[in-house]
Amino acid sequence: MLGAIEDEAVLAFGCGRSYGDVALNPGGALIDCSRLDRFIDFDPATGILECEAGVRLADILEIICKPEAHGSSWLLPVTPGTRFISVAGAIANDVHGKNHHGFGTFGRYLLAFDLLRGDGSYLTCSPTENQALFAATIGGLGLTGLILRARLQLRRVPGLAVESEQIRFDTLDDFFDLAAESDRDWEYTAAWIDSLATGKRIGRGIYARARHRAGASSALPASTPSFGMPVKSPFSLATPMTVRAFNALYWRKLGLKRRVSKVCGYASALYPLDAVDHWNRAYGPAGFFQFQSVVPSAAARSATAEMLRLTAASSEGSMISVLKVFGDLDSPGMLSFPMPGITLALDFPNRGAATCAHLAKLENIAIEAGGRIYPAKDSLMTATSFRRGFPRYETFLRHIDPRFSSGFARRVGLLEAAQTRPGT
Amino acid sequence: MIGPTQMARRVAIFGATSDIAICIARRYARSGARLVLIGRDPQRLDAHAADLKLRGAAAVVCQQADFAQLAELSDMVRFAWQAFAGFEVAVVAYGSLPEQASVQTSAERTVAALALNFVSPAVVLGELAPLFATQKTGVLAVITSVAGDRGRKSNYVYGSAKGGLQRFVQGLRHRLYADGVTVLDIRPGFVATKMTAHLRTSGPLWATPEKVAADIVRAINNRRTTLYTPRFWRLIMTIVRLAPGPIFHRSSL
Repeated sequence: MLGAIEDEAVLAFGCGRSYGDVALNPGGALIDCSRLDRFIDFDPATGILECEAGVRLADILEIICKPEAHGSSWLLPVTPGTRFISVAGAIANDVHGKNHHGFGTFGRYLLAFDLLRGDGSYLTCSPTENQALFAATIGGLGLTGLILRARLQLRRVPGLAVESEQIRFDTLDDFFDLAAESDRDWEYTAAWIDSLATGKRIGRGIYARARHRAGASSALPASTPSFGMPVKSPFSLATPMTVRAFNALYWRKLGLKRRVSKVCGYASALYPLDAVDHWNRAYGPAGFFQFQSVVPSAAARSATAEMLRLTAASSEGSMISVLKVFGDLDSPGMLSFPMPGITLALDFPNRGAATCAHLAKLENIAIEAGGRIYPAKDSLMTATSFRRGFPRYETFLRHIDPRFSSGFARRVGLLEAAQTRPGT
Repeated sequence: MIGPTQMARRVAIFGATSDIAICIARRYARSGARLVLIGRDPQRLDAHAADLKLRGAAAVVCQQADFAQLAELSDMVRFAWQAFAGFEVAVVAYGSLPEQASVQTSAERTVAALALNFVSPAVVLGELAPLFATQKTGVLAVITSVAGDRGRKSNYVYGSAKGGLQRFVQGLRHRLYADGVTVLDIRPGFVATKMTAHLRTSGPLWATPEKVAADIVRAINNRRTTLYTPRFWRLIMTIVRLAPGPIFHRSSL
């Protein structure tokens, strides 16, 4: 299979939803895995699903996770903010979602997968078989081989609908209080932050929390978005003025109320951006940078405040700024991103060197505080920051398949390190 | 009898592992249809069958067949017909796209390409015709190609087989009209599939098999007789067909 592409280093490509270069392979070849999309088996008694690795989470939700009697259903235990990603992509980035504090990462629900290596060997990996390669491949950014199929444990929910609450808060301290209060009883939590608030208002925002409601069913989310940006905007719609207006309006979206409650389908709570196809096209030809860091709990408050202060003071504004508390459940992958602490996600319209300089400052704060940057969203992290953020990378090097490469791996020095590693 | 909007219950797909066929099968599976999948590779058929059952198909029967073995086609059709005692829809989806340069220099390869793309589907349709005529209902859907609309130097061996098939389908439609059987001629343009994977498959003229399959199932439900998919190919092919020879012959189409 891989023999067809002689000499070139390869990389699996799924849905292309990673923001940076983890799924790009300049100088090498990409393997289109979109047709690796067959379901193999599903046992409704145990919730164990077996499928090919190119199956999208959206397909699982549409075809497998259907409401049964009394509204209960099987559901993906962990899902990121978009359902238009492949199972293999979810494994390779060991994705997390708004329920990380209760459920951890995607890899925790992975029972096994089959991996095709560049030498033609074909390995089944699980917590009991080829354990090291299992841990290396979860969060392994596609560098350990081609994931062909996977076995997943779905979770049971009492109802597909969720009751959700949005609560406006005025300071960063209020966020931490709300998080502490919510994380026990609410399975999905995250907060939107007004990235342009300054002074005492730094860290103000809207806290969103949701939990499944027993017996309440909901319509299944569409397998494709219903409307979208038809073409790339010729210029960025995210100008300093529109970013400012967006933040000001979003902060006021609850009107005079401090708290709004509703019952809705899980899709509107978990996938707000999936409603608009190709929303990224609004950023125009220059595009935008995503940034997501996690900082361990001890340093979290001061580091988060500093990153928000710097962002508000700069002319770089972020629209979808998200703050969330990660739980202390172990991530199974050697390079898994989540760790106990606070994660902050920001997006910046690409305005060239100034934006990059700002992102470098944020990266530095996160790394100095003992944190790390999320490879799936990164385009700029330095090799040093990568090594400091992911101390298990040295063990990981042993499992990199020499036939595989990616733009990200080259940029952070993973390939070079793998080649010069003593004993190879 | 199936109504215009109601999905068919029993569907047979000849050449079921082609990318367009898989997408058609998935659409019928979602509506709870019973499917007969006929194809060459039993392993791939079984993998698709498992997938289609999870996607909602009420039953899936796989049948191995080599469409190039002309003498076996008659038995193949009868055997498929028995799976669910008939079907409302038969989709003939197989074919091969040979490289023009390689077929035009070889009589053997020309014969093989004409046989698989014209003779074989014509025989299959000929066997299906009396079965559908007796049943007095149903749709025979045949994937031909825009390449059959006018012979051109870059693919006239394939194009002539598909063009011949278009004429065959036209005649069959005439024959079965009185029996209430619809015969649909499906003419896809460029579709990004396994068959075209060696070509550059991006650009405004290229469609996905999902899009083409959606058009096909809609045309079957609406009992259409000719479908260009995507629709703009009807316009393109009208121009290509009407282009005067002196101009057309200077082009590199």
